[in-house]
Amino acid sequence: MENQRWLWPCLLTGLVITSLLSVSIGPLQISPYTSFNAMVNWATGQELASVAPHEQLVINNVRLPRTILALAVGATLAQCGAVMQGLFRNPLADPGIIGVSSGAALGAAICIVLFPNGGEYLVAFSAFVAGLATTLIVYRLAASPSGTSVVLLLLSGVAVAALAGAGIGVLTYMANDMALRDLTLWQMGSVAGAQWHYVILSLIALAVISWQFNQSAKALNALLLGEAEARHLGLDVDKLKLKLIVLCAIGVGIAVAATGIIGFIGLVVPHLVRMIIGPDHRLLLPLSAMLGAAILVVADIGARSIVAPSELPVGLVTALLGAPFFIILLLKQRNKLV
Amino acid sequence: MLRNLECKSMFKTYPSEPQVTGLALAGLKPVESAPADRKSATFMPEQKSAETESSTSSSATENAVVSINNLSVHIGKKPVLNDINLEIMPGQVTALLGPNGAGKSTLLKSLCQETELSAGSISMLGKPLHNWNRAELAKSLAVLPQHASLTFPFKVHEVVQMGLYPLSISQQQGLEIVDKQLQQVALSALKYRSYPTLSGGEKQRVQLARVLTQLAQAESTPILLLDEPTSALDLAQQHRVLELAHTLAHKHNYCVIVVLHDLNQACRYADRLVILEQGEVVSDGKPAEALTADIIEKVWHYKPTLVIDPNNKLPLIF
Repeated sequence: MENQRWLWPCLLTGLVITSLLSVSIGPLQISPYTSFNAMVNWATGQELASVAPHEQLVINNVRLPRTILALAVGATLAQCGAVMQGLFRNPLADPGIIGVSSGAALGAAICIVLFPNGGEYLVAFSAFVAGLATTLIVYRLAASPSGTSVVLLLLSGVAVAALAGAGIGVLTYMANDMALRDLTLWQMGSVAGAQWHYVILSLIALAVISWQFNQSAKALNALLLGEAEARHLGLDVDKLKLKLIVLCAIGVGIAVAATGIIGFIGLVVPHLVRMIIGPDHRLLLPLSAMLGAAILVVADIGARSIVAPSELPVGLVTALLGAPFFIILLLKQRNKLV
Repeated sequence: MLRNLECKSMFKTYPSEPQVTGLALAGLKPVESAPADRKSATFMPEQKSAETESSTSSSATENAVVSINNLSVHIGKKPVLNDINLEIMPGQVTALLGPNGAGKSTLLKSLCQETELSAGSISMLGKPLHNWNRAELAKSLAVLPQHASLTFPFKVHEVVQMGLYPLSISQQQGLEIVDKQLQQVALSALKYRSYPTLSGGEKQRVQLARVLTQLAQAESTPILLLDEPTSALDLAQQHRVLELAHTLAHKHNYCVIVVLHDLNQACRYADRLVILEQGEVVSDGKPAEALTADIIEKVWHYKPTLVIDPNNKLPLIF
């Protein structure tokens, strides 16, 4: 209880500072003060403060969409991760568990390798459709007349992910050098080259899932008691599960379509937040969103600074940060799991 | 309205707590037949006052709260329950007894819609079970699970608060109910402890408080299903939980259905025993009538020593 009082302002300040840094840092160094002015200009559509035209241009068309995309995708992935962990009552679950990431990757791979001239929109679109379709297949596999079994859901997720992996393997084998590079980069995820319509789409998705998740936060808490117990509390458990899974598939599908696969945000962020404020979803969800957004922005700053003037895919940075953390989690849980 | 419900708390209270005002279940109607002078006279053994009350209340509510008609349940091809007919009354503790695999748990599961019925029907509070809206029914029907597998680090009071889920009340009212139920199971001192760190018995009592919270605003007779509620508890706690169940039934007209293994506990705390064997009711009635040496030998394949307790005329089984 007393923790959350400082957490809100801290996270909010952190978000503002990291966003400002993200807009300022890059091959063209812009001072935070100038970038703040440039953002005010951009937001109001007028030239209230004087900013050099080339700096204004870079901020409007490169840095700002990139930063906002990172914020939106980070917040989406973290919230979906928190919801999946609640839904599966397993703190080590992540959005990929229902097959959305692997399905999206397969969809993208098909486009990249078989339709090399389709353009990036086709890649994004097919990634989204394939991600959603895979999720629905996984859900169908696990559904039975007496309800949806979580164990079956997990197993079908694993099986479908393996199948998608095999498909990507075949496509990789068939791909030419150019497609191979695209494929590899896409699977590592990046917010570079963000475009405004992706940004807007991601923001809409974020708004919808945040609103809906918030509505379900109390029900998610009850679900942690166990499915039978939640039913006894009068919850329509199967409807809730379907709703949350579809929302996650949409959120993650759009995120993946816009940026490629960015791992570990959905796994690690909710876990971190839960360690500080506890498992109550009414707080966990909004705070995870804020922390996820901040972490992805920081990771993106890292991605373009570490090997400047070249860039790392941001998915690589999150994996480099997230994987060791995940291993620590596993080690801490080991005693309980054995 | 809670003033005339003063009776001794079932659990020992901690010195730091304020004076416990008994079974202060918010929203519960006071029992009309309890005259004010009776409770103030001397400390009364609860059994006594309970019996007089149950006799008045049972005449007022003749109708069964739970009716089971020709119920059969098959799991796969195996019949687990076969043509069960039961009318379960409010204001009583009904114990389901029987050896492992007799169908007790399946019967309980069919009451909370966790198994599909092969034949027959169940109605609760006069309405067929499948016609009930789950959320509505949850206000009157609560189930205490045998094991609760909550691994996320919720605080004790947060777990109890989950019982408020089906209720539509203000936050302030909700918190009051939660505090009262925590007092009732003597866990007020552990209110801010993390649930997974509790002992098995404490966890069970937290779950009990949660389930009682769920029933705190029942508009009709509250139905409480307890699935082996004493399995994780030590001897004293076992008796306290069953005593609480007994009080809820007798003082507050709850319909309590409990699956038990211990025959002596069942005799002592239940008003009615329903003994199942291989999916059929083989004996049904008051403890002294339903549980005879013959029945025990037939059902459990164990030759008991059965004596009648001279104090309360109940069977004692060794």
